[in-house]
Amino acid sequence: MSKLLEIEKLSISFSQYFKGLEQRELKVLSDLTMDVDDHEILAVLGSSGSGKSLLAHAILGILPSNAKVSGSIRYKGKEMDDELKEELRGNKISFIPQSVNNLNPLMKVKEQAIGYIKDEKDKEKIIKKQREIFNQYNLSEEVDEMYPFQLSGGMARKVLISTALLNDPEIIIADEPTPGLDEEAVKETINNLVELKEKGIGMILITHDINTAIETSDRIAILYLGYVIEITDTKNFSGEGEKLLHPYTRSLYRALPETYFELTEGHQPSYQNIPKGCPYHENCSRQIRECHYELPELREVNGTIIRCFNPLGEGD
Amino acid sequence: MNNRTKKFIRNKAIHFILLMLAVAIFSFILLELSPIDPVNAYLKQAVISPEQRLILEQYWGVNQPLTTKIWGWLSNLLQGNLGNSLIYRVPVIDVIYERFMASFVLMALSWVISGIIGFGLGIVAGKNKGGWIDKLVKLYCYVLQSAPSFWIGLVILIIFSVELGWFPIGMSVAIGTLSSDATIWQWLARLVLPTLTLSLVGVAPIAMYTRNELVNVLSSDYILFARARGESGWPLIERQALRNTLLPALTLQFQNFAELFGGAVLVEQVFSYPGIGQTAVAAGLQSDVTLLLGIVLISAVFVFVGNTLADVMYYFVDPRIRENESFDKN
Repeated sequence: MSKLLEIEKLSISFSQYFKGLEQRELKVLSDLTMDVDDHEILAVLGSSGSGKSLLAHAILGILPSNAKVSGSIRYKGKEMDDELKEELRGNKISFIPQSVNNLNPLMKVKEQAIGYIKDEKDKEKIIKKQREIFNQYNLSEEVDEMYPFQLSGGMARKVLISTALLNDPEIIIADEPTPGLDEEAVKETINNLVELKEKGIGMILITHDINTAIETSDRIAILYLGYVIEITDTKNFSGEGEKLLHPYTRSLYRALPETYFELTEGHQPSYQNIPKGCPYHENCSRQIRECHYELPELREVNGTIIRCFNPLGEGD
Repeated sequence: MNNRTKKFIRNKAIHFILLMLAVAIFSFILLELSPIDPVNAYLKQAVISPEQRLILEQYWGVNQPLTTKIWGWLSNLLQGNLGNSLIYRVPVIDVIYERFMASFVLMALSWVISGIIGFGLGIVAGKNKGGWIDKLVKLYCYVLQSAPSFWIGLVILIIFSVELGWFPIGMSVAIGTLSSDATIWQWLARLVLPTLTLSLVGVAPIAMYTRNELVNVLSSDYILFARARGESGWPLIERQALRNTLLPALTLQFQNFAELFGGAVLVEQVFSYPGIGQTAVAAGLQSDVTLLLGIVLISAVFVFVGNTLADVMYYFVDPRIRENESFDKN
């Protein structure tokens, strides 16, 4: 196993005007560290609007120009500068976007699937390959000539996945691949993703759906207010959640209807008012003095990476 | 011809008939309410006896009730009879035909030129949003958009005709020659400046609109995805954004038919170009009721045709509209 992609201390912020001329820094991702191996799916789990998609955009180098980025992203140990990102995207790194909105409404599916072909000579080869991939996903030849508005949700999803495979990627970043699909289609999508992993692809699966994350991934990174608070093996999401060490993660797991349906009081603060110290301390049942004024660093406890001063033990 | 096309044509035809009817009736009523008196307009201040005047009033039907007048106007209209022009003393339809052709050449040329240049400038500006090209195009558009077209016409006249002397100052043919004797070159030379003016003015809205539309398209999810797949630069715009921008730009340009008409009236006046606009002004000033009504009607037809063409164009450019047919058939 080699590390395909390593992200270290990645922060993304936007400056925005607030109350007239007062300028403010809006941090959407803070101090994010994680990595992906080949043959692995890392799920990045966070609530809606928690800047998860921006993580994908940062890796691909397609963030809006007003975004401020710090930290480092490495591909096979090589620092990814803008040049390398441009070389890798659509080549070694593929992106599966959220919805049919990511397809051009005025372009036939086939034209979009094959992408921009620089050399006309390759065209035939690429079209043949596109057909093969479409066949794999049971997309008939009729689909080639369709426009995105004619696709069903499940078909659109398959088309989007197919586009990601055309260039034999090593890494796939999938951004919310399941919402809006019926159960059958979700299952199929999950199977498709797992199949890709088994072929050796390393995948970052960005989602807010904890069930999708549990069913597909090998490890799960949990985001809270743009901070990674825990990266743990997916198999720890089982039983009573006793192997989940961060209080937020464990209450998240125990809040599922399938487990204990336990409700935790309080709500997530807004990004404009990220609390000082640990971002979670306001709602945390295990807060100690440090949590109020110091940000816990990421550290390893029993093979789990965690950002907490006072993590839960297995017995708690 | 399938059902959808038939339905489209039928609806458009009904629409057209109702529109023409409404325009015919309301413009007639408006003129009736105006202080224009056809007898005075005819006499042009000549002195006549009250008896003679009474005969004339009877001839023109001045004292008939409004409904009878409208009915007479409509039934004549249906027979294709628009009446005689008071100033030109020939059938209105002939005046309009001749003048409209001259205007049509002017408008069509500037419509095409402004459309192409405007769209091009908009694309270039939108692609380089925030850059110096963008700022330059925006400056041009703001200046042109806020300046009245007759003023632009005057400026152009001063530069090219008075100072540089490259083009004649006005008239479609030189003074002293019959319009039928004018060579095509003379005619063209007099077409250049009005066309230039209308084009310069027409570029502004279409360029601004195209620019904003392209900026919107470029911030859409599908462009983001295309970029994530390694597309960039001109190929990205050409492949993914051009068609999506062209569609709304086309609509705007066809809707501009109406404004083009308005602009032409002023510009023709400035350049003494004998088109429909200048004729409309003359008809208004000299109380030529029949000619004025005829021009109103023809303008309505013109604008209607513009909008209909936009609808038809949409059908060819937007697959979503075209493909809906297959649903209708089922």
